Amino acid sequence: MENEHSMRRVTAIRNGTVVDHIPSGQALRVLEMLGIGGKSSVPVSLVMNVPSKKMGAKDIIKVEDRELTQTELDRLALVAPDAHVAIIRAYSVAEKLTINLGTEVLNVVRCTFSNCITTNLREPLPHRLKVISRDPLHIRCHYCGRPQDLDELIKNVL
Amino acid sequence: MAGLITMDDLTNEQIINILDDATRLLPVAKGKLFLPLLQGRILGNLFFEPSTRTRMSFETAMKRLGGEVVNLGDIKNSSVVKGETLFDTIQMVDGYTDIIAMRHPRQGAAQYAQDSARVPIMNGGDGAGHHPTQTMLDLFTIRQAHGTLEGLKVVLAGDLRYGRTVHSLSHALTRFGCELIFASPELLKMPTEIVSDLRENGANVIETEDLLGSINDADVVYMTRIQKERFADEDEYSRCAGAYRLHADNLADVKSEMIIMHPLPRVDEIHASVDSTRHACYFNQAFNGVVARMALICYLLGVTVPIDVESEGGAL
Repeated sequence: MENEHSMRRVTAIRNGTVVDHIPSGQALRVLEMLGIGGKSSVPVSLVMNVPSKKMGAKDIIKVEDRELTQTELDRLALVAPDAHVAIIRAYSVAEKLTINLGTEVLNVVRCTFSNCITTNLREPLPHRLKVISRDPLHIRCHYCGRPQDLDELIKNVL
Repeated sequence: MAGLITMDDLTNEQIINILDDATRLLPVAKGKLFLPLLQGRILGNLFFEPSTRTRMSFETAMKRLGGEVVNLGDIKNSSVVKGETLFDTIQMVDGYTDIIAMRHPRQGAAQYAQDSARVPIMNGGDGAGHHPTQTMLDLFTIRQAHGTLEGLKVVLAGDLRYGRTVHSLSHALTRFGCELIFASPELLKMPTEIVSDLRENGANVIETEDLLGSINDADVVYMTRIQKERFADEDEYSRCAGAYRLHADNLADVKSEMIIMHPLPRVDEIHASVDSTRHACYFNQAFNGVVARMALICYLLGVTVPIDVESEGGAL
């Protein structure tokens, strides 16, 4: 019922991707991390701060006519590690995907420390952040070891 | 091949084994014996920022064991000023050498170099990050003086915020159950993330601004230099730095076996009157940089240091 009620705020999509159970207020960040901005050509619906039994409040995003890949979704692990993802085909859920926050976040964001070796963008090795703990989320740069502040980190999406 | 980027790359047992090797290599480090364990091996010295002791002691360590050294030389005359990436520089030196010692102004540079290289990298300081080879010689010096690393009371004083030596050393001492007293001006306190890391690892840490009130029951007092440029004005610098100086007169009530250490160079923080006391250990500490690095290079290159160095070594 809860889901049905929330979903009524936007119409069902025929084909595309629904990202549900995004922590309340994080939907814009999710779009940013997916590289979906104002210039995106596909229709995008966004619902923020809707009631959720599980989370209290949550955000939902529906991206039409685009099936997000697992690699794209794993980028969301930093901001919405428990989001539910459904690939929709002909109005039905064709696939359910989960987001995986592994032990390392590779080439998604770059370290926020201004004196880290990775601030030289010509250096060719990948940007690597280590996940020290998931709850609370504790992330450090693989190279310089500095703990990362999530709010700052999101500004460094690659 | 793995190098030494942070002290986390070594277990306590490995640290002790390397310190044991270093102890046996002392006559070689002093030039009383010649033991060419590293003959045919080449060390690449890559110092992207100034260094006196670290660079020279790596070079001496290699040469005392019969090895060779190639230097990056003055950074102004190298391809780095032409915009070469660290990755490319490492690719080149990796091909020329068997092991690399590196200092770089950027934090994380040593790990980055290790990920780019096949030969072991020894981190000789990366920004305000780590300086584990300094930690090895510090541990060697402490064990030499006290016979153990376990359960000592160690005061670290001065600039604890920017001083990478004290960061690496605090982590290592915590692993050996030492009690740590951080004595510094508020502005130069040990970074909070380091203090919380240490406490999470079970460290007993006390933070204070009172150096002289902390030294009387200490086993080790580790001084560091407070730099003028860290302060907004000269008056504040003089007021703060003045409270973190040791004079022989301050040592009347300290433990007889207490040692005073300093990574050097010192400016005013240890008065020359301390040099002639039994507590002064900083010049011996600087010498120990050679022997600790000799043992470390052998360990990283998989070269066994003989149990009986005296009978294996030849006269010079």
